[in-house]
Amino acid sequence: MSVLLSARGLKIAFGGLKAADGIDLDVEEGEFLAIIGPNGAGKTTFINMTTGYLKPQAGEITFAGRPILGLSPRRIVGLGIARSFQLPQLFTEHSVEQNVALAVASREGVWSPLAPLLRPRYRDEARDLIARFGLSAIAETRADALNEGARKLADIAMAVALRPRLLLMDEPTSGVAAAGKMAVVETLARVLRDARVTAVFVEHDMEVVGRFADRVAVWGQGKIAALGTPEVVLNDPEVQRTVIGTVPAGGVHAAA
Amino acid sequence: MNRTLELVLALAGAALIVALAYAVPWLRFVLTIALAKGLAVLGILLLLRAGQVSFGHALYLALAAYLVAFGAALVPEALLLLPAAALLAGTVGLAVGLFVVRYREIFFGMLNLALSMVFYSVLEKFYSLTHGTDGIRLPPVRFAGQALEGDAAQWAVLALALVLALAFGALVRVALASPLGEALAGIKTRETRLEFMGVSAKRVLLSAYVASAVMAGCGGAIIALTTRHVTPALAYWTTSGELVFIAILGGAGSVVGPFLGAAAYELTRVYAAALVANAWQLVLGLVLLGVIVFAPGGLWGLIRGATQRKTA
Repeated sequence: MSVLLSARGLKIAFGGLKAADGIDLDVEEGEFLAIIGPNGAGKTTFINMTTGYLKPQAGEITFAGRPILGLSPRRIVGLGIARSFQLPQLFTEHSVEQNVALAVASREGVWSPLAPLLRPRYRDEARDLIARFGLSAIAETRADALNEGARKLADIAMAVALRPRLLLMDEPTSGVAAAGKMAVVETLARVLRDARVTAVFVEHDMEVVGRFADRVAVWGQGKIAALGTPEVVLNDPEVQRTVIGTVPAGGVHAAA
Repeated sequence: MNRTLELVLALAGAALIVALAYAVPWLRFVLTIALAKGLAVLGILLLLRAGQVSFGHALYLALAAYLVAFGAALVPEALLLLPAAALLAGTVGLAVGLFVVRYREIFFGMLNLALSMVFYSVLEKFYSLTHGTDGIRLPPVRFAGQALEGDAAQWAVLALALVLALAFGALVRVALASPLGEALAGIKTRETRLEFMGVSAKRVLLSAYVASAVMAGCGGAIIALTTRHVTPALAYWTTSGELVFIAILGGAGSVVGPFLGAAAYELTRVYAAALVANAWQLVLGLVLLGVIVFAPGGLWGLIRGATQRKTA
């Protein structure tokens, strides 16, 4: 496996809070890497720095061997990095189908004022993606009328529609109803594996992390406190004490 | 369903305009002005889609009108003056747009206002060139080489305005449903998401801004051709405000709205001025108040609501 994303010596502080204090992290091509850690640790900040939304005070990030710090979010998307958001960022006056189709169109270039957005090719691709996320029933519902879980999935579907090489997801399952959560994760994992997308996701649900992640990075006090497979990291007593709090009886097992 | 209703309204409206202009000759001028302003308001509607309001689009109206007035002395051909005026408005729109699309909402609106007032001052103060508030009278203008007089000239300008209104109406209708048009609407609700999808919101807004300047330019050229007299008042902020007023009156939900609004505005103005000579602004104000309170979707919203109730 080759390294797709590489961060070296990232430092950023907000006032006195050191969100990143010398972060070194490599993301392997094709893996699902989970980032866990207490609230406010700097996990989202890492996504924001990687997508060009925030600039670290020091350090370097390379994507496929190319330095990306200082590039605009728009340029970084062009290189193949997409993200979804902790608070879904949908076009609230558009339907789910229009939202996803607009992401498809963005990938292809929106500069075509004479053919409709919902032209057959874009609409079919959007509908297909919506179906794979299990959202077909609400495809024509306006985004501002969706429940939190559906908004979250639509948000991720839009990022996937960009066909990125690397997808950064900020708490993909928060807001998704507990009963359907694992089904959603399975679906998401399948969609991403099919599309051969490398994924980094910030997550608080350790069951999701255990099932979904190939590796887990623990973010604590601006450092990577631990890094390894879920079985090792999530069963580490120190990680359990500081990050997880309580774990399900019997420990955490990786998906088969 | 909207699509059919828009098409029916547009064609019926065009037929009604021709019939009225034939039956009531003095309305010909009023309707031509209404179509010209409708064109400019169509541009305002594009910006409204992105949630932005320009209080300075009279700049493009006046630029185009003055180009026609100055140009008519050199090239007295309407079919050349009109595209030249649109081109000038579009070019200035591009230059101004590169600057103003960095701003949103009140800043966007006020910057447009400020720039239009700069142009107003230039028109007013450079007397030797522009004749200040006296304005410039147009020499006779040919249409496709034909020297038309009186009624024939009026009909020619009306026909030109009608063709432009239908063409731009159809074009905007198509463009709004395109990825570009939907991205434009996305600026209103979630601009940052556009950037994270690799789309430059500024460039999307800029393209709409240039298109709006071109349409205002066409409107200004028509106004110059039909009034045969251009004054700095065309660039004054009240003219810009009038365009926004008409946009709200007509409703931003459809490309038919601007023309419904402009026709209602001009007719209300004419009849209110005849009825209560000193208080026609009061009547217009009350009409706008009524629309905002009782019909937030404008005249278009009222018509659509009525047809939906009927089909429901």
